[in-house]
Amino acid sequence: MTLWWIGDVVLLVVVLPVVVYLLNGVLQAARSIVPSVNEIAATAAAGSKDLDAAALLLTTEQQVKDTVAGVANYGGSLDVIVDDAEER
Amino acid sequence: MSGAAVVMIVAVVLIVLALVYFLVATIVALRQVASGLDQVIAGVGEIVEKSAPVEAVVKSINEELDAGVDLLEGLLVKKAGLSDSMGLIESVYPGAAAAGLRGFPESTEVDAPRIGEVYTKGTLTLARLGREAPIAAASPAGEVLRNIQGGSLAARQLYPSVRHERPENLPKSPVIGRDAPEQYERRDDIGSPRKRLPT
Repeated sequence: MTLWWIGDVVLLVVVLPVVVYLLNGVLQAARSIVPSVNEIAATAAAGSKDLDAAALLLTTEQQVKDTVAGVANYGGSLDVIVDDAEER
Repeated sequence: MSGAAVVMIVAVVLIVLALVYFLVATIVALRQVASGLDQVIAGVGEIVEKSAPVEAVVKSINEELDAGVDLLEGLLVKKAGLSDSMGLIESVYPGAAAAGLRGFPESTEVDAPRIGEVYTKGTLTLARLGREAPIAAASPAGEVLRNIQGGSLAARQLYPSVRHERPENLPKSPVIGRDAPEQYERRDDIGSPRKRLPT
């Protein structure tokens, strides 16, 4: 009977506090992750929104091609009408 | 049932209740984490999808711009010469001549003339392009910027040669008259009666 009582005391004084302590630590760790994940999700959404203008790069590419083509034509005309440095 | 047994049962029930409470709360928190990670994955997926063509497009733009830069640098050096090119660049963008031209590594060693301090941009452009510019005929300092004799070479080459050849010196027409450099002796029989053959 004495051993039984000792077991009860151990359960109530040692095992139960240890179980509560460990589980509380796991719970706090899990809860601390939630705000970080929410911030990461918001950042990812903002980054995705910032990249909406990336599609305009296709227009920029075409504009650059047209500009360089115009410069090439202009340069070709100058090459015809202006003497080379060696000929002057 | 003894008192010790009852206490044991109460202790076990308390432990089980603590386990249930904390484990359920942990499960709830982990579900929130999973939900947040789903949103993160969706956002990152959009980022990856939107940024996928960026590298190819930017690479293409850089190639086009490189070609344009090479074209303009080559044209400038071809038309103005390396030294004057660096002078022009230095006059328009002070300090830029030190960086040199990308396609001409030796341009960094050129002592760029101070073109911008002597001529305005408009005057220099006219001098380079047309013989009507006063500075093209005679530069106030130094040699003529544009050779008006050779300046028409490109224009003349546009038209076909009449003789289909381009001799350096055509044979000169003979000079006649009293002041001619070469005088011929006058024949005695000119002006006298024609000689008659004996019958």
